[in-house]
Amino acid sequence: MCESCGCNVTSGNAHLVEADGPLARTADGSTAVEVLEGLLAANDRAAAHNRAHLARHGVVAVNLMSAPGSGKTALLEATIEALAGELAIAVIEGDLATERDATRIRARGVPAVQIATGSACHLDAHLVHEALHRLDLEGLDLLFIENVGNLVCPAGFDLGQHRSVVLLSATEGDDKPAKYPVMFRAADLVLLSKADLIPVLDDFDPAAAERHLRALASGAPVWPVSARTGEGMERWLGWLRALVRG
Amino acid sequence: MHELTVCRALIGQVEAVARAHGARTVTRIELRVGPLSGVVPELLREAFALARAGTVAEGAELRLVEVPLEVECESCGTRGPAAAPNRLLCPACGGWRTRLVSGDELLLVRVALAGITPAEEGAHV
Repeated sequence: MCESCGCNVTSGNAHLVEADGPLARTADGSTAVEVLEGLLAANDRAAAHNRAHLARHGVVAVNLMSAPGSGKTALLEATIEALAGELAIAVIEGDLATERDATRIRARGVPAVQIATGSACHLDAHLVHEALHRLDLEGLDLLFIENVGNLVCPAGFDLGQHRSVVLLSATEGDDKPAKYPVMFRAADLVLLSKADLIPVLDDFDPAAAERHLRALASGAPVWPVSARTGEGMERWLGWLRALVRG
Repeated sequence: MHELTVCRALIGQVEAVARAHGARTVTRIELRVGPLSGVVPELLREAFALARAGTVAEGAELRLVEVPLEVECESCGTRGPAAAPNRLLCPACGGWRTRLVSGDELLLVRVALAGITPAEEGAHV
């Protein structure tokens, strides 16, 4: 049978070309082909490849996402310092234009690959794939992927990470999960960053942030953390250790 | 604004389907889009107008089917509509432990092709 135009259809294959079948003819004479594939299928395939590549090297990857200025790099700096000599860490930094964050990470003695996304507002699996080939994964335990600061676009793109962590800083407002449901639904863990400021910000209620997250049907833990004072760091580090141990 | 990225990926998929069927043009593209897909239908339409230029889908109509939000409650088992993308609670018991049944789709459902070359010739193109 000719699959292209639906000619010479046997009775057993008639369902293919009937209305709404995978090769149905439409009213205007064109041929309708059923695809049923996600629009980001190519990205998802690349992400699966990244995950397999990381697994072969025994590396666990964490995708770190937040609005700009929520303290992702500061949290990474404190985390790297606390885990020095214990876990071998590397960082992939996504940024629109600068190398500033990568420079900050390298200053802590950890390899960092910068992806300058130009005008792109998010990382995708292909960009991460290229970055992985610029990293020596041998002997590495933990890879952080610091996404572009943005609560919208990064949520849709699987990078091949094992866990997604979303930061919500105390200065942003506790209703962020209600405003950005797609992003916060993607979180395996939500960290309330800059927690040292919570006592002076009377309009930020950690319980309200958690309520808004639960309304998204997410059971992800919501933990306050402060890279500056060290508050909540032990719990975060314990979560990372457990993740690496698998 | 990642709708343009999404549209470029869509055009890539549509071109592959057209090629596989030896079709010269794509007349219609049908997508299923949910409110939790992360894509805004109006922006997708605007981005599509840019992304299709100079491709087999240049003259294609974009048909967006918006799918409803639906959840299934893990506590009481009820399956039904959710109130909003940020209110995915059980419509019966109000519990938050629900599973999304529908609403995050971003799916290429169907492509309508025209100007099809018979497969024997198309295979050599």
